[in-house]
Amino acid sequence: MSPSLEARGLTRRFGSFTALDNLNLKVEGSKCVGFLGPNGAGKTTTLKMFTDLIFPTAGEAFVNGVSAQADRKRALASCGVLIETPEIYGSLTPREALEMIGGLRGMAAREVRRRTDDVLAEVRMTEWADQKVGRFSKGMKQRVNIASTLLSDPEVLLLDEPSTGLDPRGVAEVRDIIRGLKRENRLVFFSSHLLSEVVDVCDEVALLNHGKLLFHDTLANVTGRFVAGATDVNAEFVEPIADELVKGSIAMIPGVEGWTRQDPRRLTLTISGGPAAKAGALEALVALHKGLVSFKESRSALEEVYLSQVTDGES
Amino acid sequence: MSAPSVTTAPGLTSESSRAAGLPGTLAQALLLSRYQLRDYLRARRFVLMMAIVGIIGAIITFVLSYYHGAGLNGDPDAFYGSLWGGGVYVVIIFSGIIFGGDAIAGEFQNKTGYFLMGLPIRRTSVYTGKFLAALAASLVAVLFYLAILVANGSYYLGVDAFPLSLLESFAIAVLYLLALLGAVFLFSSMFKNSLYAVLVVAVLFLFGFSIIDELLVVLVKIEPWFIIDYARPLLSYPFTSPLPLHKALGFGPTGRPETVYNPTYPEGLAIMAGYFVLTSLAGLVLFEREEFT
Repeated sequence: MSPSLEARGLTRRFGSFTALDNLNLKVEGSKCVGFLGPNGAGKTTTLKMFTDLIFPTAGEAFVNGVSAQADRKRALASCGVLIETPEIYGSLTPREALEMIGGLRGMAAREVRRRTDDVLAEVRMTEWADQKVGRFSKGMKQRVNIASTLLSDPEVLLLDEPSTGLDPRGVAEVRDIIRGLKRENRLVFFSSHLLSEVVDVCDEVALLNHGKLLFHDTLANVTGRFVAGATDVNAEFVEPIADELVKGSIAMIPGVEGWTRQDPRRLTLTISGGPAAKAGALEALVALHKGLVSFKESRSALEEVYLSQVTDGES
Repeated sequence: MSAPSVTTAPGLTSESSRAAGLPGTLAQALLLSRYQLRDYLRARRFVLMMAIVGIIGAIITFVLSYYHGAGLNGDPDAFYGSLWGGGVYVVIIFSGIIFGGDAIAGEFQNKTGYFLMGLPIRRTSVYTGKFLAALAASLVAVLFYLAILVANGSYYLGVDAFPLSLLESFAIAVLYLLALLGAVFLFSSMFKNSLYAVLVVAVLFLFGFSIIDELLVVLVKIEPWFIIDYARPLLSYPFTSPLPLHKALGFGPTGRPETVYNPTYPEGLAIMAGYFVLTSLAGLVLFEREEFT
């Protein structure tokens, strides 16, 4: 049986405010699913109901086919969870905290010791393994938290903005860790504000806005479905580009609908026609022999989708 | 909130086998209590508690030394009756507040609950584990106080002056501690803020219940059998002979004659046991329904 997460009619209201509205979502198999949405969209609320931290007003959340509301212990048996930057008992060391988790999960002592060393190395906390957690920075604590979710090598990983509190290097390391988590028979479901992180590691995305699921599909399908119009591309040259050249040549390239000058050597081109038009524009710019050094979309395709859909959702 | 209908999707074989490898509820509670106790013993709150007991012990030792044990008359029951029977409740109340006041509230406020509750563990295990840890840490403090008294008692009364009534009183003290921790955990479960939980517990147990107890006797003129404070004199009963009358005429705070109530042994034990069971269960029910919003 492959790992799975399923929300059936999951609804949560706080008074008159509906944080999550009849969410029906099933993700199954070995993949990484990004859970996107603006602040207050209902992402954390959803993850908390999957882990029985809060209770649904209606509906049910299943982890590996087991209702978290009916039997949280069984539902979370093969699930690693990281929600809201948890605090660890300050007087314990990472090694002790992981030993406790291993024991609570029923792992054998020898396995706990081996896995503790492995996961602490994975999050680069080996040298801090025997220091009290209370002295750690938020980023260091988050690394230990990540280690704790990986300790039992779970089939399902539920991660709520795992990069929170980390410095840029830490964010990059977490991204590497998440990328490394993708393996056979493991489902990684994580919410994030960092679209680049999602693009980098996820196979599928689900977008939530105002408590409603806007879509859930593969990354390729999502960008293909929603990014049909023009996209902005930043082009940078070694040599300055005169306005005459832009008007006479660059603006004439098929697919180029408009242009904006950023500085003498940088232009933003609005190109329509999809990847083929962009490829053609790139070739044409190279052929100008002005030293094209960069040709990059100003926003990722997912970012375009996110901004268009979330804005639409708010109207 | 209406409870959702509970269903289980098909194909549970792998999870069932995985879940089968999980320790039982009690085993998880015991394991959690071990690590929680370790956390308590290393924390500043434990040092604070030991300091409080140490100061109380130092004052007792100084006073005894200053008056050369006058008034003891070589009577172990008088010694332990006044110093243990009449004083251990202070240690119990302080340790209950320090170790139990934020035990549950702190899980929400400090977000340590997120670390535990993402694990395959029932809330009952978390609650029980934390209760056991608070009980063990409090017992360390109570034993420290006992050790100070026994050291003084041995010095003034001789090493063999160790009355059996002290063991009996110790057992009652443990029951009183259980009752107090049950109530403390109930209040701790009511609040998501540690400060509120600690304040309410401190106010109630240090003087709140005493005032209510007094008001009930003087103004309402009923036996306050439902107040935990009413059962407290039981701590000194093993050293007292004869036991005070259950109902007697005494003098109230105004100097006028009033009916004074004293708990009987069974009544006092029932109050303590009742408080322990009922407040512990009520606290657990609250914790089961509490959300990590």
